[in-house]
Amino acid sequence: MGLEDIYTQIIMEHNASGRNKHHIDSPNLVLKGVNPSCGDEITLELRVKDGKIEDASFTGVGCAISQASTSIMIDLIKGGTVEEAKEHIKTFMGMIRHEITDEKQLESLDEAVALKNISHMPARVKCAVLAWHTLENALAKKS
Amino acid sequence: MKRYKDDFPILQTTVNGHPLVYLDSAATAQKPNPVIDAVAAYYRETNANPHRGNYDLSVRATEAYEQSREVIRKFIGAEKSEEIIFTRNTTESFNLLAYSYGMNFIGKGDEIVISILEHHSNLIPWQQVAKAKGATLKYLYINNEGEIPDEEIENKITEKTKLVSITHVSNVLGSISPVEKIVKKAHSVGAVVALDCAQSIPHFEIDVKKLGVDFAAFSGHKMLAPMGIGVLYGREELLDKMPPFFTGGDMIEYVYEQDFTAAPLPQKFEAGTQNVGGAVGIAAAAHYIEKIGYENIIKTETELTKYALEKLSTVPYITIYGKKNSVGRCGVISFNIKDAHPHDVASIVDAGGVAIRSGHHCAQPLLRYLGLNATCRASFYFYNTFEDVDILVENLKSVRKWLGYGA
Ligand SMILES: Cc1ncc(COP(=O)(O)O)c(C=O)c1O
Ligand SMILES: [Zn+2]
Repeated sequence: MGLEDIYTQIIMEHNASGRNKHHIDSPNLVLKGVNPSCGDEITLELRVKDGKIEDASFTGVGCAISQASTSIMIDLIKGGTVEEAKEHIKTFMGMIRHEITDEKQLESLDEAVALKNISHMPARVKCAVLAWHTLENALAKKS
Repeated sequence: MKRYKDDFPILQTTVNGHPLVYLDSAATAQKPNPVIDAVAAYYRETNANPHRGNYDLSVRATEAYEQSREVIRKFIGAEKSEEIIFTRNTTESFNLLAYSYGMNFIGKGDEIVISILEHHSNLIPWQQVAKAKGATLKYLYINNEGEIPDEEIENKITEKTKLVSITHVSNVLGSISPVEKIVKKAHSVGAVVALDCAQSIPHFEIDVKKLGVDFAAFSGHKMLAPMGIGVLYGREELLDKMPPFFTGGDMIEYVYEQDFTAAPLPQKFEAGTQNVGGAVGIAAAAHYIEKIGYENIIKTETELTKYALEKLSTVPYITIYGKKNSVGRCGVISFNIKDAHPHDVASIVDAGGVAIRSGHHCAQPLLRYLGLNATCRASFYFYNTFEDVDILVENLKSVRKWLGYGA
């Protein structure tokens, strides 16, 4: 494994910028996700209206992988529908588990493809999937 | 500096294409050939169920087990071999103590005193006792150097205190507790003292008589022995009045349909088939440490720690926690890199073959007290070298770049 396969430009940029790390106006779906083994913590804030994710952000502390993965996910789902977000979660989890390897199918994940190699660092898989699990739970609660 | 690395086969291996630089000995120590060989020889030549068979091999296995107990008795300066109880590890030793001593000799309104430095294994069992018995769990807090000040000992240990259980060396800060003062104060109010030697016995001599403690606990695996063998030392008079913890085979004298009588010490506390290979291993480890000599271990570790502290403090974005001094640090250095989460730091240096620990180190109340979420921890043992330190620092210097912070 090369570090450059994990700590890619995209991960670095999302981690260092904190672009999606803030509060949003009147969120109606807020859910916290934690990774007790390594102490990562994120809280997703979503404003969902008529099946559409109008706005999304997060706050939290944790490693670069967990924070960047959350930020990338927010870019992906913001402005889309709840149904699309659920599809993205499925594809992302499939990619992490190596069940989905077809490049074309993964294209929909956009920058999240940068996390494809995380399974080469088994200790960090939990960090990468934290946001996506949390979103899955949040959306399940909503519907 | 003398080179001890060659006795440790695992330290000759590579990780991620780099020679292994093992800096996590506070979690578990690597094993030298004499320990590995002694365990292998036991399984090749002597293995049988001890205390059970009348045949030659079982007698020899029993001898191997009891000889190991005698080696450990001498090693820690205990009076009688009955005072050495083999357990799996420090955690089991403290659970034995909490459930057998705590639950029976601590009552409502009594106080148990521990310190904020404790590892969870010398903390949660006492929470359990305090909750079950209506006792109060009190903490000795630390100063800026990570040490327990005299006033804490004077003020917190009172006439209500029944038991004081303290870590000898902090696994996060490496600081050494003032055992003499604690024992003096505790005994003056009639409390017993238990000492967590998990992080001290690998690094300096433990003499339970000189220290005057009533109980002491440690794990074999941190002092070069295999995992799965640990020790609880207790004064005979106290162990004698404590009821068994685990019950079943080997710890009994007579068993009737509705009742049993317990075996005398130490079997009373050693239920079921014991880890004889582990006991042989811990005895071999004690011999090996004696051969190297604690004075050489201390000398080597002090030099290494001093060198590491100097090198780490030249990096402006590294914060080191605890004492600024290398003396009395027992090879433990906790630190953080600005803007970098410890898990990323550990992953990044791992790619360079360097094994360090990241996280809360099983001491969440301590980290909270220090206002920290997690730290990186490099811990040295006498088999580490100056070169290991150089490789660590070199890899640490690349961390911020990998996380997108320039330099
Ligand atoms: C100070 C201290 N106490 C107790 C323990 C627990 O040891 P074990 O996990 O072997 O039971 C450790 C080791 O992690 C420790 O550092
Ligand atoms: Zn993480």
